[in-house]
Amino acid sequence: MSRTWLLLRRRLIGSVPVILIVVVGTFFLLEAAGGDAVDAYAGEVGADAGLIEQLRQQWGLNESPLTRLATYLWALLHLDLGWSVAFSRPISGLLMERLPNTLLLMGTSTALSFGLGSLLGVVAGARPGSARDRVLSMGALVLYAVPGFWLGLVLALFFSVQLGWLPLAGIETIASGLTGWARAADIARHLVLPASALALIYLALYLRVMRSGMAEVWRMDFIRTARAKGLARRRIVLRHVARNALLPVVTMLGVQSAQMLGGSVVIESVFGYPGLGLLAESAVRGRDTPLLLGIVLLSVVTVIVVNLVVDIVYALLDPRVGAEAEGAR
Amino acid sequence: MSGPLLLSVRGLGVRYRAEGQSVEALTGIDLDLHARERIAIIGESGSGKSTFGLALAGLLPRGSEVSGSIAWPGLGAAPKPGKDIGIVFQDPGSSLNPVLTVGEQVAEVCRTHLGMGWRRSYARAVELLDRVRLPSPEGIVRAYPHQLSGGQRQRVAIAMAIAGRPRLLIADEATSAIDTVVQAEIVGLIRELCSADALALLFITHDIALASGLVDRIAVFRAARMVEIGPAEEVVSAPSSPYTAALIDAHLGLDAA
Amino acid sequence: MSVLRFLRTPEGAVGGFLLAALAFVALSAPVLFPGDPLAIVGPAYLHPFANPAFPLGTDSLGRNVLAGVMHGARTSLVIGLAAAFAAIVVGSAVGTLAGLFGGVVDEVLMRITEAFQTVPAFLLALAFVSVVGPSMGTVVVAIALSAWTAPARVARAEVLSIRQRDYVAAARAVGMHPLAIAFREVLPNALPPVLSLASVIVASAILIEAALSFLGLGDPNVATWGTMISEGRNVLRSAAYLSIAPGIALMVTVLAIYFAGEGAVEAASARRIAS
Repeated sequence: MSRTWLLLRRRLIGSVPVILIVVVGTFFLLEAAGGDAVDAYAGEVGADAGLIEQLRQQWGLNESPLTRLATYLWALLHLDLGWSVAFSRPISGLLMERLPNTLLLMGTSTALSFGLGSLLGVVAGARPGSARDRVLSMGALVLYAVPGFWLGLVLALFFSVQLGWLPLAGIETIASGLTGWARAADIARHLVLPASALALIYLALYLRVMRSGMAEVWRMDFIRTARAKGLARRRIVLRHVARNALLPVVTMLGVQSAQMLGGSVVIESVFGYPGLGLLAESAVRGRDTPLLLGIVLLSVVTVIVVNLVVDIVYALLDPRVGAEAEGAR
Repeated sequence: MSGPLLLSVRGLGVRYRAEGQSVEALTGIDLDLHARERIAIIGESGSGKSTFGLALAGLLPRGSEVSGSIAWPGLGAAPKPGKDIGIVFQDPGSSLNPVLTVGEQVAEVCRTHLGMGWRRSYARAVELLDRVRLPSPEGIVRAYPHQLSGGQRQRVAIAMAIAGRPRLLIADEATSAIDTVVQAEIVGLIRELCSADALALLFITHDIALASGLVDRIAVFRAARMVEIGPAEEVVSAPSSPYTAALIDAHLGLDAA
Repeated sequence: MSVLRFLRTPEGAVGGFLLAALAFVALSAPVLFPGDPLAIVGPAYLHPFANPAFPLGTDSLGRNVLAGVMHGARTSLVIGLAAAFAAIVVGSAVGTLAGLFGGVVDEVLMRITEAFQTVPAFLLALAFVSVVGPSMGTVVVAIALSAWTAPARVARAEVLSIRQRDYVAAARAVGMHPLAIAFREVLPNALPPVLSLASVIVASAILIEAALSFLGLGDPNVATWGTMISEGRNVLRSAAYLSIAPGIALMVTVLAIYFAGEGAVEAASARRIAS
């Protein structure tokens, strides 16, 4: 287990500069928008020059940029992300309220797309070049070209508007008074469409990665060995080929977590699903830049955590990971 | 020292088809192999010697055309790779699955061919690892290939090859990728296992000197054809083909250098 | 010769044909539908195929959907190509510098690349456009802002392997300036693998642009598919065609680019086998 810990420690240390760079980046974006905020406020309320000056003072805009960056960092260290103008609440509370919903949506979509995608990838990659492989690969390419938000709209049109099978929007029936399992079932029903819209596209991606990984593994020497050992084809496909081809798919899982989080913004907007994405849309509409950048920061932390988890899973799946680090100790 | 006829090859030819072109890999090969007999196939790369081993085991790539006949009077039926024929390939670094334990890779052969459950297969795997002289087999059974040295990996590969209790062991350049000291040990191990288990051996190599100390007969392949076959000492001391003579000279020259 | 080989692969043929058709549509839009595609030209909510003057119908304000779709092709292709071009230029420059200089330069540049990769591309674009304000230019920059990381990584890896080769050593021996070596000797050789990313970058740029304008952050002065889909969304029940037509256009465009990319990869690998 020690190799996993070494790896984790290295990754955690490595993510410190990444977070710092992102924080500095968001600070500059905030700066770019900061002046506008006073102007926008003044424009709306009709403040005179004295009040504008007072506001600048109050919002700390007259300090040197370096001082403001330090203030910003200090606040972030205390998990203070500032005040949301659009919601008239502290931003951190708002984020913590929405984060679980987005994690639920992401988790469900990831499980769906990874599970089904790699399964179909195994089916396609079991015989590279076969008719089954060609149909699945082509279908995946077409699916991958579908814009997620549009797929969401089409699914909503079909399953909610036309068939009336599933709820159109939200995360649960408002004021339903449901509790326990009934409430869970209600949430699950609301989750089906947004999770599918988000999952289908990544399903296509995982299918293709799994499939091409398998095509590559089939050419390896140890597959010739497995055939020479007279193993059943099923065992060769699953235990030898797919087991190795799973590794790049798991890597892809980490790489794609950022993209999936980005994709969920639009999907949440389509389905009125109250997660970070919908919050981001509200922030854009309400010109609430601090809130928007708070969402960006939280997303970055989420992506880093997801990647750590993926690293652990990868280390469990690939015995070679960290072998050199362990040996060097 | 050899027994009844195990294998009889007549007029064997193999053509590979790639990109619309057909390439001759073997042509007109005749060979008889008896139980417990050890035979070496000598040749340079591209001579068809590896193709010969793959053809015997029925492991030729898809799309290859086979002509002539391969009969197995000693088995009475078509051989199953892994069960009737064990094969050891050249590169021990790449011929083991990197993400499965050594134990599982040996045990899966027992499970597939000897009808054992997993528990018994693993117990048998420990015995086999012990037989190929790996230190502390109980530990190695849980190791992954990257944790072993090249020589140790090749011993694992041999354990896998004999796990199904085959009648014929094919060693396809099994010692070429290993340094000289370990090479000698592996050759010794193969010799020992063949005697103990009454195995026939097809030792495919480019190293005629290495082969001559191990086998009963030597066959020399060149450009898809068999140019010479005979008892080992005879082929080495009085080669009938000038090509074989050149091979031996080249080897001696190399040793002298 | 290589174009022929590209068109001979099924993916290349389909992708090439579709892209040619799209280019034709984009180029002919101002000729076939001169004037502003956002102008009101007829009655509202005219369904497709009901009036030959408006083959795809009209929207809630009475704007011609076909004109919108065709002008939208212009917007999508221009933004997709511009963003990909910017991303590849910046990315290969960063990757080349990192790979060539190594050490601290490499470390700093790769940390920055990693930071940009960690931010969800769409959120970054959303934040940038919402701060700077929506226009064609800012949308292009917003998309390129996250798209340059992949070319940077590939360029760096290529440069690291090329750096060891003879002609670079020769250039160094005759005293060429390191920057001159980087951009005259190393970069041209590192470029092909970087360019192979182009199709994926263009496609994802087009998808990000569509999603931005779907959320109301596209350039308000041009017709975009995302905006059209978003406007149709409010009348999904009665006039679904308003969202479906631009959505299909979007999907076909992205698919054409993927097909072309696959075709190019296959043509390139066929060439390697043949030679």
